[in-house]
Order: sequence, then C-alpha cells, then structure tokens
Amino acid sequence: MRIYVCVKQVPDTSGKVAVNENGTLDRASMATIINPDDMSAMEAALRIKDETGCQVTAVTMGPPPAEGMLRELIAMGADDGVLISGREFGGSDTFATSQIVAGALSHLGVGEEDIIFCGRQAIDGDTAQVGPQIAEKLNLPQVTYAAAIEKDGKVLKVRRLLEDGYMTVEVQTPCLITCVKELNEPRYMTVKGILECYKKPVAVLDFEALKDEPLIDLDTIGLKGSPTNIFRSFTPPQKGAGQMLAGSPQEMVNELAGQLAAKHVI
Amino acid sequence: MILSREHELMRKNFRNFAETEFTTEIQEELDRNGGFNWEVWEKIARYGFAGTKIPVEYGGQGGDYLAYALMNEEFSRVCPVLAIYANTPNSLGGGPLLACGNEEQLKKYLTPAAKGEKHIVFALTEPGAGSDPGSMTTKATPDGDYYILNGRKCFISGAPIADYAIVYARTNPALRGAKGISMFIVDMHLEGVSCGKPEPKMGISGYPTSDIVFDNVRVHKDDLLGPLDRGYAVAMKTLDGGRLGVAAQSLGIAQGALEEAVSYAKERKQFGKPISYNQGVSFMLADMATEIEAARNLIYSAAQAKDSDAKDASIQCSMAKYYASEMANRVCGKAIQIHGGYGFIKEYKVERLYRDARVMTLYEGTSQVQQIVISRSLLK
Ligand SMILES: Cc1cc2nc3c(=O)[nH]c(=O)nc-3n(C[C@H](O)[C@H](O)[C@H](O)COP(=O)(O)OP(=O)(O)OC[C@H]3O[C@@H](n4cnc5c(N)ncnc54)[C@H](O)[C@@H]3O)c2cc1C
Repeated sequence: MRIYVCVKQVPDTSGKVAVNENGTLDRASMATIINPDDMSAMEAALRIKDETGCQVTAVTMGPPPAEGMLRELIAMGADDGVLISGREFGGSDTFATSQIVAGALSHLGVGEEDIIFCGRQAIDGDTAQVGPQIAEKLNLPQVTYAAAIEKDGKVLKVRRLLEDGYMTVEVQTPCLITCVKELNEPRYMTVKGILECYKKPVAVLDFEALKDEPLIDLDTIGLKGSPTNIFRSFTPPQKGAGQMLAGSPQEMVNELAGQLAAKHVI
Repeated sequence: MILSREHELMRKNFRNFAETEFTTEIQEELDRNGGFNWEVWEKIARYGFAGTKIPVEYGGQGGDYLAYALMNEEFSRVCPVLAIYANTPNSLGGGPLLACGNEEQLKKYLTPAAKGEKHIVFALTEPGAGSDPGSMTTKATPDGDYYILNGRKCFISGAPIADYAIVYARTNPALRGAKGISMFIVDMHLEGVSCGKPEPKMGISGYPTSDIVFDNVRVHKDDLLGPLDRGYAVAMKTLDGGRLGVAAQSLGIAQGALEEAVSYAKERKQFGKPISYNQGVSFMLADMATEIEAARNLIYSAAQAKDSDAKDASIQCSMAKYYASEMANRVCGKAIQIHGGYGFIKEYKVERLYRDARVMTLYEGTSQVQQIVISRSLLK
C-alpha cells in the first residue's frame, strides 16, 4: 500500500507579494512555505503510516528548489519524494497541472490499495481545482474537504466539511481525498528525520520522462497550452473591520435596520 | 559560519516549534506563577527534543553538538525556559550517563530520559560547595549491596519534578578535593529523599529549582555511576557540553532582545522621528548585533570542536560560555535602554529577558570559574 501526497510550494503570503509583468506571481523573489492544506494532507497520510506502516510518497510539480520542500516532508516522516520539474511544465494552470500530475501518478502506478491525498486548495491560487481534476483524469473516486478520516481496510469513511454542515461519505481505495486544515495538526520534523532526509530518494520526473504519458496532451500544458490566461493581478483593497451587534434578537434587528437606514440602504 | 543544509533545516524546525508552541501567554504565565508546563513538555517529548543529542540506540535523535547548540539558541530566542526544558536531559542529566554509564544503566535511565518519559537532573551544588564542589559534605557509606546516602544539595534545576537525580557524594573521606567523590543515580522516589520548596527566583521561573535532602537513603550499588572515588573527575570532563548549552541559551536571549530593540527603535517616535534615526540608538544596535555574531561564531566553532573531539574543545566551551553569558547581559541592558521607561515595565518582553539572562553568568560555573579554567590552560 502506498499513499501519494500531492503538495505545492507556495509564496508566504504573510510576507510581501510580488507580481510579474505578465500577471503571474514573481515566485523567485518571495519566501516560500509548504501550502498549509497540503501539510494536513501529509499529516493524514503519516497517521495512516503510523498505524499500517505503508509507504508515503510526497509528490510535487515545481521548479528545482521545490526539492527542499520534499526533504522537509521526508524529515516529517514521508519515505520518499517525487519532483515533477521541467521548463515545458512552467506556467501551467490547473487544467495543465492536473494533467501532468495525473500523468506522473499513473507513470508511478496507483495500486488497488493506494490513496492520493491533496490539500483542498493552495493559498496562492485558491482554486481548489487540481485535486478533483487529478481524480477525474485518473478515473478515481474523490472526496473533497475531508475534516476527519477513518480507515478500515480498503474502506475510508470521510467527514466532509461543507459551508453549512458536515457530510459523511464512504469510499474505497484507490481514491483521492482533498484535505482541509481542520483535519489535524501537522507534526513537526524531528532531528533524526532531518539527519536522514537527504539520504532518502527523491526522483525527478522531467518532460522527457513524462512526454509519452497518455494522460498528458502536449498541446495543453505549460504557459502557452494552458486555457487560462491571466488578465490582471492586483492586491484587493482591505475590507473595513466588521461590527458585531449584541443584545436580544429584537434589539440587534432594530440596531441593524437603523444603521442601514442611516446609510440609505433601506 | 555556513551551516550544512541539515543544520539549516534544524534551525528552521526549532524556531517554528518554539514560536508556535511556546506562546507569549505560556511564557508570561510561567514567569508569574512558576511551576512547570506539562503540556509543552509532552510536545518536547513527542518530537524527540529531549534527546536531540543522545544517540539513537538510547532513544535519542542522534544529533551532534551543533544541533544541540542550535536547539538551545532557537528555543531561547523565544524563551530560555523552553531551552532549559529540552536542555536538561541532553546535557547535565544525560551527559554523565553517556560518559560513564554501563549498558544496563544506559538502557534503564538514559533511554526514558531521552524519550522524555522520565526527568533526570544533576545534583552537584551544596549550600557550602558551589564554585568549589570539592568541599562537598554529602556522603555515601557502603552497607552490603547498598550505599547509605546522607546530605543536602541545593539549587537543583528540575528537582521538584525529577524522577532521577545524578548525585555526587563523598565515598572516601580520607581523600580530598575532587578525589574520593563518586556519582550515583538516585531514584527520587526512594525513602529518605525529599525536596525543598521551589526557590522564588529573579528569572527562569518556569523551571523549578530546589534543595534535595538525602536522609539515610539506600542506593543500590548497581546505581553507582562510573568508577568509585573517581566519578567526579570523569564527570568534570563532560561538563563542557552543558557549558556550550548555556552559551547557546545566552545567545538566543541576546538575539531575542536585539529583535525586540530593533522593532521598538523603528516604531518609537521622539522629537518627531523614530528614535532609530539617532546614532546614539542605532550604534547601540550595531554593537549588540556585532557582539551577538561574535558569540554565535565562537559557540558554533566550540560545538564543532566538540563534534570532532578537538583537543581544545573544552576550553572553547568555557570561552563560549564566559563570553556569551556576559554578552547577553550587556545586550539585554542595552535593549532595555533603547526601550526607555517601557523596558522597565513587565508588559515588554525585554524586561523578562533581562532577568532571565542574569543566571547565565552564574550557573554551570560562574564567569570567574570559566576565567580560572581558561587561564589555567594558558599558564600550565
Ligand atoms: C537557577 C539556578 C539553577 C541551578 N541549577 C543547578 C543544578 O541543576 N545542579 C547543580 O548542581 N547546581 C545548580 N546551580 C548551582 C550553580 O551552579 C552555583 O550557584 C554556581 O556554581 C555558583 O556557586 P555558588 O552559588 O555557591 O557561588 P560561590 O561559589 O559562593 O561564588 C560566589 C562568588 O564568588 C566567586 N568565586 C568563587 N570562587 C572563586 C575563585 N576561586 N576565584 C574567583 N572568584 C570566585 C564566584 O564567581 C561568585 O562570583 C544552580 C543555580 C541557580 C541559581
């Protein structure tokens, strides 16, 4: 049994945000972190590993420095890493990215008992599309927004966190699950893990290795092939602070109606 | 000094752990009320920080002295109390065991300490024997398969929460000074062992310090650590690792104080501009940063000397402890100066750092004791 965890290196949005002339993020000039939801996905995989001893592989598509992130995930407890990296892949949107990652996963082989974990969404694009698209391309069942996971053999019981409540779904391996940060508290690295992490394998899959994968259509990958074109990037203006009303429902309604009337909204 | 990628990653991890887990609320609560934070301890144990420098075969993480120094530095930058929590099993608690323990003792005592399951402390100082441990009066008298231990230790870090203590006692009254002293591993739950009240302290209040009294305590001879009558001499050789730890704690405190001072100097306005625009302030910051960097290089170099068993490693550790602890006190003083009256108020972190820094020139050998060690090596 093997668990793949799809992870992304993202700009640290708590720092300064820089944008290229073509509208894409200037990633080189920004500090990077491991996408927070992906950390929850990794923790979910490692908890299953703690119980079953299965293999956990961290998979990322990104520029060569993304290897550093894979090493950190290995230091947390992953067994190995896969870096999908090539100039031809650069600038890919979610449609292109999911094709390449799905192609890479199918190249590596997804077995009957295997699971693919993804974060719900990356904090740079916030699309939440790559995980579900990978599942579609691999023709696997998917469960999104996992906030709790129970594994019993080949069956996973997943509690989905929705805007207005929870939904519990059962799914069989092989499957893909996207995780939200409420799922768990990701562990830290250990000194022992760090001392070993550069000795464990990190495979690089480049254009040459993947170009013949049937799931990858060479015309629709990279910046040129991606159907999405970025029109403009900008930092949205700060919203004003909200105001919480207090009191009985009647008092709060009166207050709200009064304020709206004062602003000529009603 | 350029660190290896592994050590860089360790620094990042130590910093992330300290900043995330040892919150300002926890720090302030411990500073106000003393005691010990068991929740934080549980996390230290879970991630193996109690065994950073202890070999993997004894439940540790297998890190080197540089890893150990980085942990003390980064934890202490957030709060020295966190550094002390993780430091004790790695240095004074585990050190004598690693240096002198037989296989059985290592398995029985070091492994649970490295995993953070048990607390092990170091009991050398006595009311009448501080800088001069050779004048200790605690004694152990043989009685069949046992030694009968009598005496009083004082200022023992972690004593109130300890499961085991490494205790130094005179086993041969005919010998003088460091000769005739042996080491014992004493189970703190044995009959006749008791602790005094935790001392109210100027700083590092979040780690309890107290007396330990031994009243006819029967210690089995299997718990004699190292050679009879020569245990102290052997252990002295391991004390330099602890000194390196205190040096790194001092470095972290100074770094923390500098960061506070820099951000305050940029924010605080007087005479219509930030106070950092005055050279009188900015040059103080320059001096602080320079001294910190000098200490950092001295400490990392001492750590590498220990890791490569260099001949002068022990002296380097003394120099690092001497320089860094005095430096931290200077730097914290300046950090308060830059804060003006606000630095004197408890709400500002530098006030606490200043108090926490004070013990660094005292414990694990005062600055004067380090000067003795360093000068002796020159004059021998
Ligand atoms: C918070 C705290 C925690 C501690 N934790 C531990 C612990 O876990 N285990 C443990 O065993 N001990 C511990 N100690 C004890 C500590 O190591 C001693 O306090 C220290 O060694 C100094 O001993 P002393 O206090 O008796 O001072 P003294 O030895 O009485 O020294 C008083 C002054 O005289 C100076 N002096 C002494 N001799 C000379 C000399 N020959 N030349 C020049 N100057 C000299 C000293 O430098 C100092 O300035 C702790 C102390 C504190 C405050």
